[in-house]
Amino acid sequence: MSTPLEHDYIGLAEKKKIPSSSSSSSSEDGKTFKETELRLGLPGSESPERKPLSGVSLSLFGNLNNNNNVMNHHVHVAGAKRGFSDAIDAKWAFSDAHGSDSDLGKPSALFSPRGSGNVVGKPPLDPKTISTQQGNSINTPASASQSIKESKPLQEKNPQLPATNEHASAPASKAQVVGWPPIRSFRKNTMASNLTKNNDEAEGKPGFGCLYVKVSMDGAPYLRKVDLKTYSNYKELSSALEKMFSCFTIGQCNSPGLPGKDGLSESSLRDLLHGSEYVLTYEDKDGDWMLVGDVPWEMFTDSCRRLRIMKGSEAIGLAPRAVEKSKSQN
Amino acid sequence: MECCNKRRMMKESPESNFMNRRGSSCFPDEVLERVIGMLKSRKDRSSVSLVCKEWYNAERWSRRNVFIGNCYSVSPEILTRRFPNIRSVTLKGKPRFSDFNLVPANWGADIHFWLVVFAKKYPFLEELRLKRMTVTDESLKFLARSFPNFKAISLQNCDGFSTDGLAAIAADCKNLTELDIQENVIDDKNDNWLTCFPESFTSLEVLNFSILHNDVNFDALEKLVTRCKSLKTLKLNKSITLEQLQRLLFRAPQLCELGTGSFSQELTTQQYSELESAFSNCKNLNTLSGLWVVTPQYLPVLYPACANLTFLNFSYAPLDSDDIAKLLVHCANIRRLWVVDTIEDKGLEAVGTHCPLLEELRVFPADPFAEGDARGVTDSGFIAVSQGCRNLHYVLYFCRHMTNAAVATVVQNCPDFTHFRLCIMNPGQPDYRTSEPMDEAFGAVVKTCSKLQRLAISGLLTDLTFEYIGKYAKNLETLSVAFAGSSDWGMQCVLEGCPKLRKLEIRDCPFGNAALLSGLEKYESMRSLWMSDCKVTMNGCRLLAKEMPRLNVEVIKEDGSDDSQAERVYVYRSVAGPRRDAPSFVLTL
Repeated sequence: MSTPLEHDYIGLAEKKKIPSSSSSSSSEDGKTFKETELRLGLPGSESPERKPLSGVSLSLFGNLNNNNNVMNHHVHVAGAKRGFSDAIDAKWAFSDAHGSDSDLGKPSALFSPRGSGNVVGKPPLDPKTISTQQGNSINTPASASQSIKESKPLQEKNPQLPATNEHASAPASKAQVVGWPPIRSFRKNTMASNLTKNNDEAEGKPGFGCLYVKVSMDGAPYLRKVDLKTYSNYKELSSALEKMFSCFTIGQCNSPGLPGKDGLSESSLRDLLHGSEYVLTYEDKDGDWMLVGDVPWEMFTDSCRRLRIMKGSEAIGLAPRAVEKSKSQN
Repeated sequence: MECCNKRRMMKESPESNFMNRRGSSCFPDEVLERVIGMLKSRKDRSSVSLVCKEWYNAERWSRRNVFIGNCYSVSPEILTRRFPNIRSVTLKGKPRFSDFNLVPANWGADIHFWLVVFAKKYPFLEELRLKRMTVTDESLKFLARSFPNFKAISLQNCDGFSTDGLAAIAADCKNLTELDIQENVIDDKNDNWLTCFPESFTSLEVLNFSILHNDVNFDALEKLVTRCKSLKTLKLNKSITLEQLQRLLFRAPQLCELGTGSFSQELTTQQYSELESAFSNCKNLNTLSGLWVVTPQYLPVLYPACANLTFLNFSYAPLDSDDIAKLLVHCANIRRLWVVDTIEDKGLEAVGTHCPLLEELRVFPADPFAEGDARGVTDSGFIAVSQGCRNLHYVLYFCRHMTNAAVATVVQNCPDFTHFRLCIMNPGQPDYRTSEPMDEAFGAVVKTCSKLQRLAISGLLTDLTFEYIGKYAKNLETLSVAFAGSSDWGMQCVLEGCPKLRKLEIRDCPFGNAALLSGLEKYESMRSLWMSDCKVTMNGCRLLAKEMPRLNVEVIKEDGSDDSQAERVYVYRSVAGPRRDAPSFVLTL
């Protein structure tokens, strides 16, 4: 049964990890929030109970499909905001609104307060979870569901949600309910992933006057983007890339005589590139990896989808030519 | 009735040559069947079958399509006994609230046994359309083997199958014209099911695989599209890039309905213009959907195709108001529009301005659980649409709050609503200007919209709303209620007042046994009743079951729940008796 698991996990989550300062992984969010709230807000009487819900739900959905993981990220983003504003609006956040929640003991994810809105969006994907939650099964959710049921019908008198706040702080302490708003899972999942994707896209929106392609370098921790339209030939592209990626080659220089971090210059990188340490390649629109420099520049910008600064050792078949080509270009 | 009178006369004049071997019909059966066979409407056929025995028989022999709104209301044996010549079956399974996870998994509605019976009785079956049924790969394989003339399969909101099942259909259904998979819970196992269509296969007209997550074999798809010259509907999934879309459009400029793949590849100028010309070559396009992940800069490639569009489904494309406005300028012929609420009120104003022929609007929330300053659409956007689109008769509107006055204005502008579904996403949310309940809003709807067939209500609502509904909504067939009402009286008003009510689905309302039992006489004229998280008890349900033996009264029981409460009740009429396949958590009383 999933319920016992759920409660164990709540217990475990509270004791388990020491939250790191600012983690970006969603699985640590629960702990991060907890820490944040404890520091910034009131001594978290009820709030810590809340956070494990994030942990719970995330663990429950650790096994589900990728869409959920995407939603996890979404939770992370939104949840961060909530964590803070919860802390700021400490009064209602911790006293009344969640007063009733805490009465419910370890509430099932049905009643996760504001902070875990999206999280509860997920439990519906696992009907079994719902059934156990709604079904007043073991331990405290029994009372939780019951009191919620009783309070729900009273809504016409108390329009704010089942948490029955005395304060009119309804927008804040919204208890999420299974299957509400009535949106099908497929749509929920797709929209969640579309939102994240569109946010990513928005950052690098290509217009017609620019042609951004990703540039990766083997061994570098992150990628860059360059606008091919801003260059008119291979040489300019090459210099730009050298400038961009020089920082990553610090520490990879094996040549003696190089001063080290302070003295590392673009020329060192160039030496690296031309010294068959690295080879500049690109993926064309057919998906093939090609050596940069073979075709006229216009043709290259037309077909280049992304760039990769490859370690020479990987570009074995290309390496000799790479060396010649690079040397001939510079 | 004239026919029956004649029949009596005939009996008295045996020389009459209107008599035939079957009895005393005024027409030979063959003629009667021919005539009645031309009736397409289900309701007409139903009426015709009640006239007399001859007409009943003529109708049942000539019937080719059958629609079963609740798969448990009839058994396959009864169905096949009455209608021997069926070619097309439409079946709906689970209660609608299963879409929102209110029905546990493995509840039922499995198609398999139906297929087994059909294989014997309807070997010439051509079409199967299923909604909210459980369909396994085994069943799909069985289907593909058992019906040599099989042509069309449409699965909406079904679960239980994978792309292996699709592969079986592709491989074995030689005459397939339609493969339509919508919003199902499907296990997307491999990308090779498309390769299972044989090289010689060319009959496909409808292909919809938009919900699949994984990549498909594009090569196989392109070849399939190329050789199926009658392809009219093609709905792609998000793995298809813009470049690939262009290639497909090049192969199939005759398409009428297109669902794009992802709309956000990084295109070069040349690719962009190729795509634009591909769209302008599609002269027959009337429906556009998909646009998974949109880069708004590329929307202009659609402009050449927009003038003829009647249905635009952007409900997975979170555009902003500027993007949608620029697009809608070109879409003067739109009748149906589905959008995401990221277009906000300003986007809806553009709808009102540019789409005067609009009949149906659905606005979905981008982020239903967002808090704080979450945007979206409001009452002013709703009003703006109603001012510009006077033909509006179908609306599905998700918003965070609403006012009574706005709804009243909307229905005054558009009195012809047949479907009015307003979802105020905060349960129990009052009118945000006056803090009053939203009773008057729905009162205005039912008073003004005499043709109203379907209504979904939300917000803070008292029994008054239900009084209004019972009093005015005389054509209402479907009512969805959540977090509303004050007492049993509310539900009673509806049960007693709405003569055409067929489907009533209620959740989280203070309606108890008195309300449930007030509909005793009513439920046999309805398809079904759903009540969840209300105040109904097991005893109330038992009483209902006892009084009305031709109803199936089912309670979905959760583990560990209070034995006396009936948290989820599903009541429906049936000629098949109680379910034989009910899982342990479904109690039939």
